[in-house]
Amino acid sequence: MRITGAQALIKSLEMQGVEVVFGLPGGAILPVYDPIIDSPIRHILVRHEQGAGHAAEGYAQVTGRPGVAMVTSGPGATNIVTPLANAYMDSIPLVVVSGQVATGAIGTDAFQECPITGVTMDITKHNWLVTDAEEIPQTIAAAFHVATTGRPGPVLVDVPKDVSNAEMEWYWPGSIEDLDLPGYKPQVEGDPDLVRQAAELVLGACRPVIYAGGGILKARGADALRELAERTGIPVVTTLMARGVLPDSHPLCLGMPGMHGNYTAVTAMQESDLLLAIGSRFDDRVTGKVSAFAPGAKVVHVDIDPAELGKVRVPEVAIAGDARVVMEKLLEVLERAGIGPAGSKPPAGSQAASRPDLSPWIAQLRGYQERFPLAYDRDPGSGALKPQFVVESLRDAAPPGTIVVAGVGQHQMWASQWWHFEEPYTWVNSGGAGTMGYAVPAAIGAKVGRPERTVWAIDGDGCFQMTAQELVTASAERIPVKIAILNNAYLGMVRQWQEMFYEERYSEVYLSPDLPDYVKWAEAMGCVGLKVESPEEVGPAIDKANSIDDRPVVVDFRTDAFEKVYPMVPAGHSNDDIVVGPSAGEGGR
Amino acid sequence: MRDGAERHHILTVLVENKAGVLARVAGLFSRRGFNIASLAVAPTDDERFSRITIVVDVASAPLEQIVKQLDKLVNVVSISELAPEEATERELLIATVEAGPAERGQIVQLVGIFGAQVVDVGAEAMTVVLAGAPSKVDDFEDLLRSSGIVELQRTGRVALPRLRGRR
Repeated sequence: MRITGAQALIKSLEMQGVEVVFGLPGGAILPVYDPIIDSPIRHILVRHEQGAGHAAEGYAQVTGRPGVAMVTSGPGATNIVTPLANAYMDSIPLVVVSGQVATGAIGTDAFQECPITGVTMDITKHNWLVTDAEEIPQTIAAAFHVATTGRPGPVLVDVPKDVSNAEMEWYWPGSIEDLDLPGYKPQVEGDPDLVRQAAELVLGACRPVIYAGGGILKARGADALRELAERTGIPVVTTLMARGVLPDSHPLCLGMPGMHGNYTAVTAMQESDLLLAIGSRFDDRVTGKVSAFAPGAKVVHVDIDPAELGKVRVPEVAIAGDARVVMEKLLEVLERAGIGPAGSKPPAGSQAASRPDLSPWIAQLRGYQERFPLAYDRDPGSGALKPQFVVESLRDAAPPGTIVVAGVGQHQMWASQWWHFEEPYTWVNSGGAGTMGYAVPAAIGAKVGRPERTVWAIDGDGCFQMTAQELVTASAERIPVKIAILNNAYLGMVRQWQEMFYEERYSEVYLSPDLPDYVKWAEAMGCVGLKVESPEEVGPAIDKANSIDDRPVVVDFRTDAFEKVYPMVPAGHSNDDIVVGPSAGEGGR
Repeated sequence: MRDGAERHHILTVLVENKAGVLARVAGLFSRRGFNIASLAVAPTDDERFSRITIVVDVASAPLEQIVKQLDKLVNVVSISELAPEEATERELLIATVEAGPAERGQIVQLVGIFGAQVVDVGAEAMTVVLAGAPSKVDDFEDLLRSSGIVELQRTGRVALPRLRGRR
């Protein structure tokens, strides 16, 4: 069958099971947009290419399937550089197809030419410049294979216009061997000897902690994690990228560690004698000052990316492998040592029978939880609307299974701290890259991927202004997301640092609560706009927002501009220097 | 040998013979601020693959991270680090040196000692070529320098593991 490269490209996406593409057409990608009209693939026309990328990321984060975005050459492609960088940092499977000027024009500074494979070389897992229409099916198949296997990540396929227009004989690669990837061989199985060594450390530990990272979600390993925690009785901290991997209501879940983690999660790691780091990468926002991080802990590090092992902290046992597969193997080894299903007693004489009793450790942690809970001033004399109160109100009114999406900054931390995440894949945010403006487009992608779920974006006023135009997309495409703006009229996190570390010299952080008028702006974009100025108005406004399901809703919550995120470990400090905050336990140590 | 030789590491990287692969490999070094001391690349006996021989001047810890990152590149098939004592290394030098009729004999003598070759002779200069172990090439270069070098080019080293102990 003779078809054009463009037709082959769309057909290849169909062969990959793609159901939705986020994109925006232009000159160089024009041939590829023509067959989209005849394809069952849904195309969602965004208003800016960055929105396409983040929407595809949000879709991928809630579904586990690769997100797909399509853009034209030059500025179209450069506008999606930030989503590629974001997906690279957070290991999100993302396939971007970009148009390119015709092969004969490459290198001539042609109209809308940009060497996007060079630009994105360091922020994609791999990218391809297709130079022959015959390569298209194989390249698209390879792109999806690379994006979704091993450590997931973004890939880009750059397709010159003449290649799209050229005819080719249709084929589809039959197997992975046909993809011509001789250098690509992700390690999935962990080394059994190393898994046995890890089990020995588990059986000897008195104060162990599982340091659960986003890699467990990528590996679909939440069930294995729960089994591991329950069978061994080891408490779990869930990083920003792993919120929901174990329910917050689970007795062994200590919540989020790190710069704005809770006291118990941070201190449990500091005082542990064994860290089981699974799918986590010792990010500086988790470790604080690395030399002072968990100083007495031996480390077992499990990661599918061998380059993560020993990158920051040299582990006692380093296991390259898939988080779920390795946890399942570890459970098998532990079972042979006498650790059976949760609640069962180890057989007499088994290795597990002589294992240290963890109950003093758990009791110590329970003591921390009682003394240093997350806290804020629930009854400010000023009547100011506290952002944490808004998050709690949204949480308590949310239907089960609600997906929460955040941008980056104070609102993100409050959302992560105060929401109760009860299932995996209900929390979407920009972790590693810290991309402001992530929430609105990512929420759109999440709602497209999980249309039956309520999707609430908890956003900041600064973030909202960066990508709000995608609410036009949401209205036009009937994607009823809900946006809660915690509007404190500031770039709040920067303001907090200036208050704490720059002697209250507020440089370029004031945004104004009324400019823009968020209600009018929402209405202009086809959304329902609501404004909330006092605590009494919060409940009714949330109820109204939750009752609307035929269009997007934006709620402008006028929150206390002076509120800061606590606890906090100042950047570069030891986690032992955690400041729990003025309104929390024991006078804010 | 030159200063810092103990920090020299030789990496031989088998890569797919495709456009852009060298840029990906070199980029991993440049974005960490490491200078590549020498680099040689050419196809292997299997035309689908090329071998890149890289000599870098870094401490071992960052090198381990670079090797792991190199291994992650989709186009990189395999990497090995060669300890100098376990490698057969060669480098080629081509140099034009000042050599009027009075100095020619001295140069030719030097060429003889090192097993180099004279490949071109002019009225006031001659061009010589030496392929050999890098330290030998260093010595040859130093001695040529006293005669006055007009132009000099070295290829960067290529290396393969020694056969001793291999089956």
